[in-house]
Amino acid sequence: MIEMEVVYSRPESFTPTTTHYCPGCTHGTAHRLVAEVLDEMGIREKAIGVAPVGCSVFAYDYFNHDFVEAAHGRAPAMATGIKRVRPNNTVYTYQGDGDLASIGMAEIVHAAIRGENITVIFINNAIYGMTGGQMAPTTLPGMRTTSSPGGRDVETMGYPVRMSEMLSTIDGTSYAVRRSLHNPANVRKSKKAIRRAFEVQERGMGFAMVELLSSCPTNLKFTPQQALDFVGDQMVSYYPLGDYKVAPEVKALKV
Amino acid sequence: MALKGTIEVNHKYCKGCSLCVEACPQNVIALDMEHLTPKGYHPAMLIDEGCTGCAICAVVCPDAAITVYRESRKKKTK
Repeated sequence: MIEMEVVYSRPESFTPTTTHYCPGCTHGTAHRLVAEVLDEMGIREKAIGVAPVGCSVFAYDYFNHDFVEAAHGRAPAMATGIKRVRPNNTVYTYQGDGDLASIGMAEIVHAAIRGENITVIFINNAIYGMTGGQMAPTTLPGMRTTSSPGGRDVETMGYPVRMSEMLSTIDGTSYAVRRSLHNPANVRKSKKAIRRAFEVQERGMGFAMVELLSSCPTNLKFTPQQALDFVGDQMVSYYPLGDYKVAPEVKALKV
Repeated sequence: MALKGTIEVNHKYCKGCSLCVEACPQNVIALDMEHLTPKGYHPAMLIDEGCTGCAICAVVCPDAAITVYRESRKKKTK
């Protein structure tokens, strides 16, 4: 007897709305991975997300669980408050590079220093997407953006910031890894990392962050596939993928 | 014989980014130039036989628009 079984369907943690993201934007992929992980772990009902300011500012419309909107960059501070008041809920922030690595640098670093028991999903697409493609702290050297039309000159504009490496030096961090969303194999690896980051929080092991290299086809002025190739060819060499900090107790976790 | 599969693309969500077209290992997905989605994009569609239901298109789809089905040889349990 041959039957058709469903191999993949839209996660339950999504609301039946379309997203406002540009075609081919990997924000959608990252959203989907978070939604799949929440479904698999069965924690959708107790999950509380904290949305940033940036392209993912409307994330609260897309997830079918509780969501709050933080002031620009302050998502980790807000998540800290929520997690301390409601320790039994699963609290996570979803932040872009303009939010986390620029205006919210102090909040994320201090949340890690305090070892807050929250999960952070960090989308690094090397550009400010929402405001029209300006240079971000994560913009690669020599990369052309609307505010660095001659390419990022590190002499005057500084060097890109590598957040995973930076947060891995902090004792309060339990899990800091970098993954990429530029091909199917890496999307699968990203999902495993997100799963582990949520398991860390469920077991009360402390601060967990997953950095996801992401594409911005509109502002990089590429087709969606070219943008992913750019991530794979250029960004991965500047932002090496890997596990920057995995605490021994997290390593022992079987996920 | 390889197991056969099929995909269903939800036109409400599909934005015609064609990442699934590029990712499909069997090259059986293409954009449907005859139709437009409510948002005004050409949606992805299955154009040929040969889908194995590997779900790689669903893995890369940023809008979770694809539902993947695959034949299973499980016996019916009463």
